Amino acid sequence: MGVFFDWGYKLVVKAATDLPEDVEQALKEARDREADGTPARSVFETILENVAMARKYQTPMCQDTGQVNFFIRLPKTYDIEDVEKELADAVHKATRDGFLRPNTVNSITNKNPGDNSGIGWPHFEFEYADTKDVVVDILLKGGGSENVGAQYKLPDTGLGAGRDLKGVEKVIIDAVYQAQGKGCSPGIIGIGIGGDRAMSYMVGKKQLLRPLKDTNPEPLLAELEASLYEKLNALDIGPMGFGGKTTVLGVKAGFAYRHPATFFVSMTYSCWAARHRRMVVGKQGVTIS
Amino acid sequence: MSGKIIRIDLPADPEQIRQLKLGDEVRLYGTMITGRDMAHKYLIEQKPEEMREILNHNIIYHCGPVVRKVDGEWKFIAAGPTTSIREEFYTADVIREFHIVGAIGKGGMGPRTLKACQEYGAVYLHAVGGAGTLLARRVVKVKDVFKLEEFGTPEAMWLIEVADFPVVVTMDAHGNSLHTKVTDTSTEVRNRLLGLK
Repeated sequence: MGVFFDWGYKLVVKAATDLPEDVEQALKEARDREADGTPARSVFETILENVAMARKYQTPMCQDTGQVNFFIRLPKTYDIEDVEKELADAVHKATRDGFLRPNTVNSITNKNPGDNSGIGWPHFEFEYADTKDVVVDILLKGGGSENVGAQYKLPDTGLGAGRDLKGVEKVIIDAVYQAQGKGCSPGIIGIGIGGDRAMSYMVGKKQLLRPLKDTNPEPLLAELEASLYEKLNALDIGPMGFGGKTTVLGVKAGFAYRHPATFFVSMTYSCWAARHRRMVVGKQGVTIS
Repeated sequence: MSGKIIRIDLPADPEQIRQLKLGDEVRLYGTMITGRDMAHKYLIEQKPEEMREILNHNIIYHCGPVVRKVDGEWKFIAAGPTTSIREEFYTADVIREFHIVGAIGKGGMGPRTLKACQEYGAVYLHAVGGAGTLLARRVVKVKDVFKLEEFGTPEAMWLIEVADFPVVVTMDAHGNSLHTKVTDTSTEVRNRLLGLK
């Protein structure tokens, strides 16, 4: 087995057990906004204690280690076959070693093979890019949060949402309202605007890989993200749906071109346990961050 | 929210369960069992006799753990709650048939469960979603497991002993639900933001 197996294993373990620093910081800020003795404050304290324990004991912070997604950028001459096989083997080993829950279920027979193998698992998105290194982003996406994702088709008469960014804002408010606390709020909201149905969801899911404090290079989307962050946090859904000042930790939007007849808007919900990490495999060695 | 912490030993005293109120912080001690979608379907469709004594005056934990076998014994490694609303279809019937006095999960449950809680004296207890490591460490022993081969690890019924297991009452035995209240508040905000009604 090669470098993608050895380091892929480390990447999986790191993602499952060690929450990214920016997310932990946002959770601390959210805790500090809640008054002592409120259920919201107590939820944040439990979450932060759990995050610290998972890191210390190297155990999964959440038992739902989710669907395993790899987003991979490759130099144009790279052979992808060994990357795919080695990363899949790393996932199977991490499952046998108790770092991932066996989460794959045969949709026809309802049988679970027990090692996270099966058609479509783990999920790979490959992209050839102008890069010398191989960049692998992992995203562990829990089932509860995936269940509250939603797709809208503009215009939406019931919500008064037309075919523009104001309409996009309206349907996202509705989607996060519909989710209540069920996706393990506070969430991080990935928005995909345009594309066909499948692309729209994937654009939204990829937004979850962005650092929480980055600024969208597209000014109109940066504005949309800031506006939605304020409005969604006014919903008073709070952590776990107990009520509180923080319903979302971040809002991240991306777009693709659409067919003139369609206008899809997709919301992908990440739970607070936003488990994503990056591995860079280059000539000088491998890094995980 | 009262601020004091209530200890409940399992199986529970039904009278103590009836006295619980929304927002009460509870710490559980004793033996309970996990159950998710396949377990609930099994309980209602097959009504297994071996489960009656286990479930009587006890609580079902909506949880699919990460487990490891250490020195021949199962150990819970990560074990937070799963979304409970998926069991809405079965829970009222499980309360009636097996006399459970509660369920632990996340996200709350619906009107049918709330009504059954009121009628039979049961409660819904909310654990912190995603707190997998912390909650697994309050599971002091895995005593048994049912249907492991057939259902797989997440869906199997794990009989566990817990100590100092933290939960909050979000649906009580008197028809009150925190989830309904939060939904009502957020509905008003949503409608205002969207310019509806």
